[in-house]
Amino acid sequence: MKVGRVVGTVVSTVNIPVIDRHRLLICDILDVSGDASGYTIAIDVVDAGVGETVLILDEGTSARQILGLDWGAIRAVVVGVIDELIIDGELREAS
Amino acid sequence: MQLARVLGSVVATEKVEGLEGVRFLVIQPLDKALEPSGESVVAADAVEMAGPGELVYFVSSREAAEALPERFVPVDHAIVGIVDDVHIGESS
Repeated sequence: MKVGRVVGTVVSTVNIPVIDRHRLLICDILDVSGDASGYTIAIDVVDAGVGETVLILDEGTSARQILGLDWGAIRAVVVGVIDELIIDGELREAS
Repeated sequence: MQLARVLGSVVATEKVEGLEGVRFLVIQPLDKALEPSGESVVAADAVEMAGPGELVYFVSSREAAEALPERFVPVDHAIVGIVDDVHIGESS
């Protein structure tokens, strides 16, 4: 899993059926310094909001398991909102 | 998933089994500011209605084939949605 920050949303009405009714979040992927090293569009299952630091899963089989699917082109899912992130004993994120 | 702009289409009559009827489009991956990022790639169009100039989002790697009716095919990028709007920095 990766640490990310929600920076926006994507609105889409034409999509493959497995994405129907799911919120799509644009998330920066953060490195250990807290800097963005890229982004991903992830499905939200925890009601995360813009500005929140989140836990992002980026693996297909686990993503399908969370969404209760046997198949489907799904990879990135926001699976948690991070309350605290401590690296080298230093508090990097606090809610 | 990543954002991309559709640049054009690919026509290939001779293809491996399982890819019959699959539309292929050339897409340019974009960063979140919608600026080009990296090399263009050929992606299968799983929504079957994306066209040149459109803003789309796509899935990479093995999951791409999961977007198609025949799931065990050699496809590594698939367009899975057409973007209506991108909101950056707004709560929703």
